[in-house]
Amino acid sequence: MSLDNLKNRNVGVQNYKMLDLGHTPETGWGKFKQVLKRSVKLELFVGLKVTMREMFKALFMGEMHTVKYPFEKLPISPRYRAIHEMKRLLESGHYRCIGCGLCEKICISNCIKMDTRYDENQRKEVSDYTINFGRCIFCGYCAEVCPELAIVHGGRYETASEQRASYSNFEDMLTPMDQLVNQKEYPGFGAPTPVADKNIKKTPLAY
Amino acid sequence: MDGYIIATVIKAILILAVISALAGFGTYIERKILAFMQRRLGPMHVGPFGVLQIAADGIKLFTKEDFIPSGANKIIFMVAPIITAATAFIALAAVPLLPEFTLFGVTVRPIVSDMNIGILFVIAMMGVGLYGPLLAGMAQENKWGIIGSARTAIQFLSYEVVTGLSLLAPIMMVGSLSLIDFNTYQAGGIAHWIVWTQPVAFVLFLISGFAETNRTPFDLLENEAEVISGYATEYSGMRWGMFFIGEYANMITIGFLASLVFLGGFNPLWIIPGGLAIILKVAFFFFLMLWVRAAWPHIRPDQLMWLCWKVLMPLAVINILITGLVMMA
Repeated sequence: MSLDNLKNRNVGVQNYKMLDLGHTPETGWGKFKQVLKRSVKLELFVGLKVTMREMFKALFMGEMHTVKYPFEKLPISPRYRAIHEMKRLLESGHYRCIGCGLCEKICISNCIKMDTRYDENQRKEVSDYTINFGRCIFCGYCAEVCPELAIVHGGRYETASEQRASYSNFEDMLTPMDQLVNQKEYPGFGAPTPVADKNIKKTPLAY
Repeated sequence: MDGYIIATVIKAILILAVISALAGFGTYIERKILAFMQRRLGPMHVGPFGVLQIAADGIKLFTKEDFIPSGANKIIFMVAPIITAATAFIALAAVPLLPEFTLFGVTVRPIVSDMNIGILFVIAMMGVGLYGPLLAGMAQENKWGIIGSARTAIQFLSYEVVTGLSLLAPIMMVGSLSLIDFNTYQAGGIAHWIVWTQPVAFVLFLISGFAETNRTPFDLLENEAEVISGYATEYSGMRWGMFFIGEYANMITIGFLASLVFLGGFNPLWIIPGGLAIILKVAFFFFLMLWVRAAWPHIRPDQLMWLCWKVLMPLAVINILITGLVMMA
């Protein structure tokens, strides 16, 4: 499914059409004629044919609908908002978070807590960062507000565990160092749109 | 004489074991076929292709609590499922399941008792089977049960008439009630099958067979959307299982009756030996019942009655009349 299909919110304007069901007979003679017509046309066997056709399609033409869920998964939209991910810089491997605190500020359920301090080079570093997933409503504001694309929403939606804290430490959300080569630039929620460059306007000097 | 009694007992036990196992296997086949027709997979996880799902279901049914509601009439509540299961198996006593074969130099006739009223006995036993759902629904002090048993009464009693009348025409042609005589009547190959001379009776018998085995276009007795589970609402565990073993055994019986009376029975077919031929025919009828269940919606009770008394019964009577006139001419 492409992104365009997901973005179409105009539910109800798709191509619905009324079936031609004919008119319901009123009189007894009309009902009798309808029954006779349907019996002679063998309409019931059309139903049998359809189910048999579906069975052959499913068995021999690979059109089985079942997804064996824990073993197979359907693709989800890149805009899906599941457990957060923290991204790293591709060159140095350092985490992207600059400790600006915008995500903590904008979080409407107050579930992000971060502590920052100055390191020996007088750069800000994140000393503590947690998301309380008991409170997070996965609204996506943190990912949207992040200026560095450091915090994004991932596609990890299977979050049954003994405690939700298992997902919420900074280190758990960070891309593992050995997986850095596989880190993808994020096309989903909070990422700049493909036309972002065109939309940039010069800030006027007297602003 | 002793040998006869021992052979009969062995046959009875074998039929009980094989048919009840087949009835259990039938539930697996039904779930698989219905799943394929809806492009699903059906049971997959227990054993290869989910075959052992029957065993899992059996364990579940056997270990479940045998629950009897406090307001129920205990004895009738407990006996009702046994009536359904028992009559379904008793009906098979007069049905020749396979052609004669020789085993260790002994000629075996795979029929428990070749009585001269065979077909009447089978119909009667399936008629007695209606007491199972009827008593079950009335004994359990549950409004859905009452409605279910009321529907049992109208449905089974009405379609009993159509079954009897539709079978009457072939009986007139053959001139015997024994199912083995039916089989020998059609011994001359496909052209001699009664279905060619009695197509209307065949269709009527199939329709009423669906109604008597409580299969889908006519499964009003336990239609979930309307009456929860109908007569089986308060049942659980093995008592509930017995209703279903009875139902599936009845499906097999109807399959045997239809094959024996209309489709040439266990006569050899081209290169197919007779034993295999009848198994294939019964399997086809079993499959037809699942196929119809996947394809057709079920009907309202008033439509059921309309179909029975205003369409099928007049057709059956006219069919008998024409058969009689042709035989006299």
